[in-house]
Amino acid sequence: MADRAKFTEMTMEHMPSLYTAALRMTRSPADAEDLVQDTYLKAYRGFETFQEGTNLKAWLYRILTNTFINSYRAKKRRPEETDIDDVENLYLYRRLGGLEGATSGRSAEEEVLDRFTETDVKEALESLPEQFRLAVLLGDVEGFSYKEIAEILDVPIGTVMSRLHRGRRALQKRLYDFGRQRGLVPEPEGTTHG
Amino acid sequence: MGRQCFETWELLYHYIDGELTGERRVVVTRHLNDCPPCGEAFEFESELRVVIAERCREPVPDALRQRVAEAIQRIQE
Repeated sequence: MADRAKFTEMTMEHMPSLYTAALRMTRSPADAEDLVQDTYLKAYRGFETFQEGTNLKAWLYRILTNTFINSYRAKKRRPEETDIDDVENLYLYRRLGGLEGATSGRSAEEEVLDRFTETDVKEALESLPEQFRLAVLLGDVEGFSYKEIAEILDVPIGTVMSRLHRGRRALQKRLYDFGRQRGLVPEPEGTTHG
Repeated sequence: MGRQCFETWELLYHYIDGELTGERRVVVTRHLNDCPPCGEAFEFESELRVVIAERCREPVPDALRQRVAEAIQRIQE
């Protein structure tokens, strides 16, 4: 059983990652701040139920995710797509000319990654349908294990893997599309500029 | 690209997520060492993961820290 007196000391260090996640979930700074505040208040009230020694960050994320799903999602005005097209593996790497010839050291394909700005990456992630966005956020940005993501989202581990892997491939396609629009990546052979 | 390459790509995400253990991990590692195109492709995917994580960070506004601290204090009183 966790001691409420230690709540602030124990939980504040997780605010940057909770706020980052809240922004990607709500896509609005004002909503993200409200969501983080609600999460902390709920966490404080329920802190006696937190088992000390277990994963506090995952526990806080579970509250954040549930609060988002139950309160904030309902406010959404625009309808959102719920599924994505399946994209082949190594999508971006292939489009950048990878697999065609091995080089040593840091490859030209990896250098293309440097050209993507924070805004590109954030927009690409935020453009994913919610269930895929949450899985990629928890897996790639926060580095939770499949099992932890399954507990946070309360879905079976097979669902986590499917959403995370499909979401990542879709994210690659969106990054590539952004890159093409902004002239950051080479045009595929056989197409004309215009 | 051989059959082993395709089989390795199927395990790409399990591998870079550290969710592949035991013999299956050993088999993939061996293939990545033996097959430079696959090795480079996996390296690219790992780097992309880092890029996504690093470029999605947000600093917490000071006002939010204060707001949360005050809200907690209010319930304590």
